[in-house]
Amino acid sequence: MNIQADLIVVLPELILAVSALALLLVGAVLGDKSTGLISILCVVAIAVSAYFSMVGADATAFHGALVVDSFARFTKAVILWSSVACILLAQNYFSTEKNARFELPVLMLLATLGMSLMVSAANFIALYMALELQSLALYVLAAFKRDSLRSSEAGLKYFVLGSLSSGMLLYGISLIYGFTGTFDFAGIASVVKGSGVTIGLVFGLVFMLAGLAFKISAVPFHMWTPDVYEGAPTPITAYLATASKVASLALVLRAVVVPFPGAIHQWQQIVIFISVLSMALGAFAAIGQTNIKRLMAYSSIGHMGYALLGLAAGTAIGLRGVLFYLAFYSLTNIGVFACIQAMRRDGQAAENISDLAGLARTRPALAFAFMAMMLSLSGLPPLAGILAKAFIFIAALDAHLYVLAAFGVLTSVVGAYYYLRIVKVMYFDEPAQPFDRDMGWSVGIIATIATAFSLLFVVNTGRLLEFANTAAQSLLK
Amino acid sequence: MNGFPLLSVITFLPLVAALGILAVRSNANAARWIALGATLVDFVLCLVLWSHFDGTTAAFQFVERANWLGNGITYHMGVDGISMLFIVLTGGLMPFCILASWKSIETRVAEYMIAFLALETLMMGVFGALDLFLFYLFFEGGLIPMFIIIGVWGGKRRVYASYKFFLYTLLGSVLMLLAILAMYLYTGTTDIETIINTAHFPVAMQWWLWLAFFASFAVKMPMWPVHTWLPDAHVEAPTAGSVILAGILLKMGGYGFLRFSLPMFASASATFAPMVFALSIVAIIYTSLVALAQEDMKKLIAYSSVAHMGFVTMGIFTLTHQGVEGGIYQMLSHGVVSGALFLCVGVIYDRMHTREIAAYGGLVNRMPLYAACFMVFTLANVGLPGTGGFVGEFLTMLGAFRVNTWVAIFAATGTILSAAYALYLYRRIIYGALVKPSLQTIMDLTPREIAILAPLVIITIAMGVYPKPIFDVTSASVANLIQQNKAAIALDRAPKLAAIVPGGAR
Repeated sequence: MNIQADLIVVLPELILAVSALALLLVGAVLGDKSTGLISILCVVAIAVSAYFSMVGADATAFHGALVVDSFARFTKAVILWSSVACILLAQNYFSTEKNARFELPVLMLLATLGMSLMVSAANFIALYMALELQSLALYVLAAFKRDSLRSSEAGLKYFVLGSLSSGMLLYGISLIYGFTGTFDFAGIASVVKGSGVTIGLVFGLVFMLAGLAFKISAVPFHMWTPDVYEGAPTPITAYLATASKVASLALVLRAVVVPFPGAIHQWQQIVIFISVLSMALGAFAAIGQTNIKRLMAYSSIGHMGYALLGLAAGTAIGLRGVLFYLAFYSLTNIGVFACIQAMRRDGQAAENISDLAGLARTRPALAFAFMAMMLSLSGLPPLAGILAKAFIFIAALDAHLYVLAAFGVLTSVVGAYYYLRIVKVMYFDEPAQPFDRDMGWSVGIIATIATAFSLLFVVNTGRLLEFANTAAQSLLK
Repeated sequence: MNGFPLLSVITFLPLVAALGILAVRSNANAARWIALGATLVDFVLCLVLWSHFDGTTAAFQFVERANWLGNGITYHMGVDGISMLFIVLTGGLMPFCILASWKSIETRVAEYMIAFLALETLMMGVFGALDLFLFYLFFEGGLIPMFIIIGVWGGKRRVYASYKFFLYTLLGSVLMLLAILAMYLYTGTTDIETIINTAHFPVAMQWWLWLAFFASFAVKMPMWPVHTWLPDAHVEAPTAGSVILAGILLKMGGYGFLRFSLPMFASASATFAPMVFALSIVAIIYTSLVALAQEDMKKLIAYSSVAHMGFVTMGIFTLTHQGVEGGIYQMLSHGVVSGALFLCVGVIYDRMHTREIAAYGGLVNRMPLYAACFMVFTLANVGLPGTGGFVGEFLTMLGAFRVNTWVAIFAATGTILSAAYALYLYRRIIYGALVKPSLQTIMDLTPREIAILAPLVIITIAMGVYPKPIFDVTSASVANLIQQNKAAIALDRAPKLAAIVPGGAR
């Protein structure tokens, strides 16, 4: 295969990379006042990249290091939408803060490039490179409010713990390489099939999963999440919570399901373990939170637990459930963070749950949107979340993981308590001082889209389910 | 009526009206009138539905089907003799609720009406849905507006009550969700009609499924010992909220037993029937005694509701024609009577702003009309012959007597206790001398209140003296249900015998 054919396969990623470099130059020439323009151009670049991702055919490139299939397309669609929304939110946020700098959209574009490579990576070297491209950009983004102590702390914490997890991941990968002699997912699969699961391979698998569990903030590797979520600027938190989570979990799916079908009994135990812990911790630890961003951090830990439940099933139905769940989770979370970003009082960001008091009377539309998304996240019908949860639980029941499924629904009841608390504060409590009315068009549009999705998805699921199904099938092929 | 989606119109009309209110949300009076208009139109449509209902067949009628989620999950609506009258009951109670809230709700009126109309859509959907997943959406979705109604317009401890109501019910329901998904995996469809008619679950699986559904419906009914959310929710909810809770939401549990537990898990129902009897008896006797000791009117009626629902569960699980029909009748009459009792409490609460029994006394002197209405509903609550309450209680006990004499004896004791607490309440509020200074100027019923209570008095008495129209609707479906239940139980016992005969199995 010649290099030209390879480049055509990765055309969407090429567009992102070239645009990122070009826009960096534009920014260097025009300065910080061009941030708005660069944000728009980044969105355009992502849109073009998304178009070419969707129309591209299944293929592999660079000797199988990158693969384009339905799975990659599905997750890319979710990631690119989240990135577009987050770039728009960030533009709004930093211009309101009068702190706009042109590096921000470019860094986000680079992280997006890393994410689209992550979901396509089909060998461990490509996987690691893509993951690091994403992570390095995100470390900087988390610390982007460099005058803010909390933001700098968040960036540093994220960087230190992220590096540690990368080390563990690399160690795991080197063990796997040592015991199979290849980096290639398909190659590893055939070695495992041929010579069985050796003890060294199991060690490699454990280290690899531990390193990746950091990235999706699954318990017991979740400690960084609340601090980073709280400290990072809100749109960056949204980005971490949605696009980055989706890409990392997609990476976990591919890196577990494709090379290790022969070791399912080994990784299934690990996945069940972290899934149960994540669901429980996400539900219980969120109850005591007073900061809405910390609450969302625990909420995302819990949601990763549910998504991993689908992986634990290890079947096509389970993978379909995970993908579907990721789409729901990321669409809804973007909307929630848009609402959080709209929480500004006298020009200052308000982040406490008590700041929402009486929102239903001061800003009924915002309160309703917030309520719809909170209840959707808690998995209450007739909102979108129930379908996502249902498909996960179907997979668990189908794989005879009855106790796990029962545990999942029970923790979702605990989870409902803290989501309801937001609704209670907004609807039952006496109004606090109202928020600033002007929240910016991008926040409004993104919140509206997410709310409409929460409310109306159950009426017609459209082709999303079918798309998730094909994507899951393509991974197991 | 062919082709016209009457059932969907009945279900979703209130939701459309709620959207209409959204457009005029700053105008409280417009919101009230739109809500009243929509619920009245909906009620008329329910009556049209009833008049076109064919009581001679047990098949589902007014059936609507549409593609929905695919993979065996469809939008499937329809009614049979069991669900038909619950739809009429829902449609009938809603205008009363709107009228009862006319003056007593003054803050955030538009939101209140929107919540009620959304709730009506969800309740109608519960009784009309013929797809498990659709049913679940409506069943659970009802929690959200009720949570808001209790939490925003409720009394002092409204936040506690709303949480308790929500989390109790949710805890039961999520287990039902798992059961629904397991049934979907086993049969490949969530179509209720198909599952009732063709699916047959292995006995061991039936047990688990039955228990999961039971967890949900027992909380919703509510059965002892998971009834404790009900007194709190009733006391804190606004009057109309209590009416809907007692009148409709509690009936969803009983309806669920009839629609799912009995026909789908027949053997498990028979196996667990003694347990249900025991819980029902405890509910009837224990909560009646608790009601006797209450000092808050709404709490007393709430406990009496638990006791009355005990008769319903007992009747349903006798698995006899009389018992089941009695259970349905009891649910319908209790829906009217308990709703009316809460409205009666609302009448004096609006005047005095207290629900404490001790704050009243001698009301008959200044409120003769009110005393008369309250008397009718109290006696119906006791189950006096000639009122709606009698027919249901009598039939459930008749059914119980055929199955187990002891159950019937204990249940009959409960009726004596119900007379004790109900008449005791009546004596303390209505009779005696009017000595309390605060009551000296209390006024009798206003025309609006007469318009609310008079129709309910007529319905209560009519249900007592002429139950035929209701049995005409239910009997064919109930007969079919009992026969299906018996056949399924026989089938579960058959394989053991068939295995003895060579070649007899399968």
